[in-house]
Amino acid sequence: MKFSLGRSGMKSFIGKRAIASGVSLVGLVVLVFFLSRLTGDPTDLYLPLDASVEMREQFRQMHGFNDPLIVQFGRYVADLVQLDFGHSLRQARPAMEVVLEAFSWTFRLAVITMSCVTVAAIVIGSLAAFRVGGIFDRIATFFSLIGASAPDFWLAIVAIVIFAVNLHWLPTSGTGTALHWILPVSVLFIRPFGLILQVVRGSMINVLSSAYVKTARAKGVRTPRIIFVHGLRNAMLPVITVIGDQAAAILNGAVVVETVFGFPGIGKLMIDSILLRDFAVVLAVIMVSALAIFLMNLLIDLAYALLDPRIRY
Amino acid sequence: MTDTQTLSGRKPGGALARWFSMLWADKFAFFAALFLLLALLCALFGPLLLEAVATKQNLRGRNAPPFDLARGWIYILGADALGRPLLARIVVAAQNTMLVAGAAVLASSLVGGTLGLVAGYSRRSASQWIMRLGDVIMSFPSLLLAVIVLYMLEPSVANIVLVLAVTRIPIYLRTTRAEVLEVRERMFVQAATVMGASHRRIVFRHILPVILPTLVTIATLDFAFVMLAESSLSFLGIGIQAPEITWGLMVSQGRPYLTNAWWLSFWPGLAIILTTLSLNLLSNWMRIALDPTQRWRLEMGGRRNG
Repeated sequence: MKFSLGRSGMKSFIGKRAIASGVSLVGLVVLVFFLSRLTGDPTDLYLPLDASVEMREQFRQMHGFNDPLIVQFGRYVADLVQLDFGHSLRQARPAMEVVLEAFSWTFRLAVITMSCVTVAAIVIGSLAAFRVGGIFDRIATFFSLIGASAPDFWLAIVAIVIFAVNLHWLPTSGTGTALHWILPVSVLFIRPFGLILQVVRGSMINVLSSAYVKTARAKGVRTPRIIFVHGLRNAMLPVITVIGDQAAAILNGAVVVETVFGFPGIGKLMIDSILLRDFAVVLAVIMVSALAIFLMNLLIDLAYALLDPRIRY
Repeated sequence: MTDTQTLSGRKPGGALARWFSMLWADKFAFFAALFLLLALLCALFGPLLLEAVATKQNLRGRNAPPFDLARGWIYILGADALGRPLLARIVVAAQNTMLVAGAAVLASSLVGGTLGLVAGYSRRSASQWIMRLGDVIMSFPSLLLAVIVLYMLEPSVANIVLVLAVTRIPIYLRTTRAEVLEVRERMFVQAATVMGASHRRIVFRHILPVILPTLVTIATLDFAFVMLAESSLSFLGIGIQAPEITWGLMVSQGRPYLTNAWWLSFWPGLAIILTTLSLNLLSNWMRIALDPTQRWRLEMGGRRNG
């Protein structure tokens, strides 16, 4: 359960949270800035093998890799204050522009996937909890365990072989039509579905054995109403926490799935930028993800308060 | 009380027999344990027995299809792009896969658990610093960490273990701390303090045994998670490097041949699924078996209870 701050108000709550997140973000950016330079000089990656020494020198001079690290960092911070996030080496565009474009893809992917997961897990999990140990419960539990155990890159590969290569129903990778979304969404769906189903079931079992549900049953409320109206509202709190964690995982970049399906999202951008030493983009990705996850956690806390009027911030 | 006495009286084999009958009571967990035992045996003895077979190239048998016994039983799962038998390679790869996951879980649980004990028990500012450290580790992108380690130090099994262990420390740190904070306030700890027990005695004799079952359960689940993480890293090319071999790397190596030889990626992936599934089932069982108030469900030999 979240802590409550009495009636000191929503504003100061958001303020405190923003300061705490901001401090750890600053630490993270500093750490990433210096550690990522340890992976080597990008010059050799961008210039052809037979580039002359002068060309290499010029490239370093142009992008400022010749200056001491601390000077480079000072310059980066000075630019950052003016909301200039640097340039992408790889795409020769402002880093933030590249990142926001990728983020809009990942954001849509996360929203679609998590909506499907939430609806499916809640409906199936509640029904499973209604008859614990019944045949439906056992099947649901077993399949959710398998789902939570499968590596996503393997699922992605198997799905491509079956649906794209053999059956020719769906495209293998890329974006464009609605059909392109089906495979990535289904593969991303499986693990969160397994995890959230387990939480819904556990939480629902607790709630359905409480006194007020027995009262409702005794006075003759119909079963679906008991499960989805009386039970669900109180069973939702732990469920929302897990939904938040899983959504955050996708927003942080579903690296493997995006790579396999050639999906131009933030995870693919992250791994490509790391491998090609595109430092400005890496830092911009970290900042955008941090902001997105901060906003999402705020939303989740609001949802707590909405569901349980006893919670105040 | 009398029930448990008669039950344990009927089985005179001691603690081992009691655990076995509790395992037998949950058939899923029993087969999970059996499979894990098999995987463990492969990891221990596989490379000794099959190393030569697994590395012998046979270009005639390139991408040989599975379920074809013409070349011998070792080719039952087919062969890879260099004609090496997949069955032998999976058995040999079990060692690295298990070694990486096991070492990473051991290291991160020891370090994370110790830090968590300190952070939970001490009231000094050290605990604040430990928690902030955990936050930073948690938000540091693990892919970047893997690439940094890969370029700074040479790619080796030990360095992958290092990356995975560091990224998993916060899990143990947070869990241990939360549990210690709760256990610390209980009556028996206060009684020990009043009777003049030293800090070390309180932490190791009174607090640690209470939180150990939780840690063991988390470690089991985490073993599965770390295995998946290692596979993903190897799959992306920033984990284990050939000629070392793990299941995740095998899936990745089979990817170019997806259209005409699905079995290259399929079998190692299946090995990963079965192992993680077994670990999940076993940790479900463990959660009940290690909890004194729930254990009767298994001791009665009854059905699975969630």
